[in-house]
Amino acid sequence: MTELIIPAIVSCFVAFFLVFVMTPPLIKFLEKRNMVVKDMNKKEDVMVARPGGLALIVGIIASEMILYAFLQMNEILAIIITTSAAFAIGYVDDRKVMGGWFKPVALALAAIPIIALGAYNSDLAFPIFGVVQIPVLYLALIIFMIPITGNTINSIDVLNGVASGFMVIASFSLSICLFIVQNYEIAIVSLPLGFISLAFYKYHKIPSKIFPGDSGALTLGAMYGAIAIVGGVEIIAAVALLPAVINSFLFLSSVKKIVEHRQIKGKPVDHTDDFRLRATSDKSAPITLVRLILAGGPLSEKQVGYAIFKLAIFSGILAIITAFLMGVTF
Amino acid sequence: MKSNLYGFLFGMWILILLGGGIMVTILGPFTIQQFGEFHWMLASGIKVLIALVLVVIWILILLKLKNWIFRKEIKF
Repeated sequence: MTELIIPAIVSCFVAFFLVFVMTPPLIKFLEKRNMVVKDMNKKEDVMVARPGGLALIVGIIASEMILYAFLQMNEILAIIITTSAAFAIGYVDDRKVMGGWFKPVALALAAIPIIALGAYNSDLAFPIFGVVQIPVLYLALIIFMIPITGNTINSIDVLNGVASGFMVIASFSLSICLFIVQNYEIAIVSLPLGFISLAFYKYHKIPSKIFPGDSGALTLGAMYGAIAIVGGVEIIAAVALLPAVINSFLFLSSVKKIVEHRQIKGKPVDHTDDFRLRATSDKSAPITLVRLILAGGPLSEKQVGYAIFKLAIFSGILAIITAFLMGVTF
Repeated sequence: MKSNLYGFLFGMWILILLGGGIMVTILGPFTIQQFGEFHWMLASGIKVLIALVLVVIWILILLKLKNWIFRKEIKF
């Protein structure tokens, strides 16, 4: 355990520092090339640089390579390859509008390195009841997990700072859970994700100077999913991600098909005269987490963001309770 | 509204715990011995089928739970 302290400190420092230092020049670079989009929740015409995924993937690769140099684990290689593939998929989607099925199918392929490198344990651990051995079914779970976590984080990237802030809470909760279940090496491997998200949040928080884009959101989500698989904490990871899962569930159950957000015609949320967010009564619009939060009345973008963070903290606590319950059997 | 969201989160968590219990108690011990070398393949196939049925049931329960918790709010 003590031999892991130095790699942990070095990788976390590199992860945070690289993203923190790289993002401002990336913003300037994107603005120079007119790679900006309108912030739809601002009264004035505010243009924001996008995508910020490049800073995130550089931070992830550098910090995880440092950990690989110390620990020489296939699990780290699997995380790096899967996350890099997710970044590439997201970047393609940032540059060119792809169909609704592109991301889920491509992200399923991005999960293959985890299987190829054997960086998984096919025993699925549940709290209280114990472990179930499902060797064939588990392969399907791996293939489904990366598209689900990737798209789930992508779907919650709707307001300034929400995707990165949510990821800070979810990933640190997951790291704590990995320590609780005594999977110390993967706990250390998971820490850079929290620090990368934290550094990016500095520029993504309201008022955003940069948006992660699909490349950033898929990078964060895919890395989270990959950590859950290689760490054998799939159920705990799902619990920590519940608010984002609810968002996807509400969306899919109201739209009833896999479709890109931009293809939806109805608007779930619009603005009041003072530009606060307000739930619409449009029956053709999807039900989303933000729309449900706003059902009680209009709120500012910042207030909605904080409401989502509180839900993330609540599910993070449930995840930690779940981790403690992993050791409990009746 | 926000308290309803916390209730829905908690409900999902309970469903995950219960779903885990069913997975471990039903899928875990399930084996087939009378098909020679291919028994594990058949057992895996049946396990996949049971898991899919459980997932569908889980989603249906979740939909009911959603409609019940948010019955006042979802008038969109």
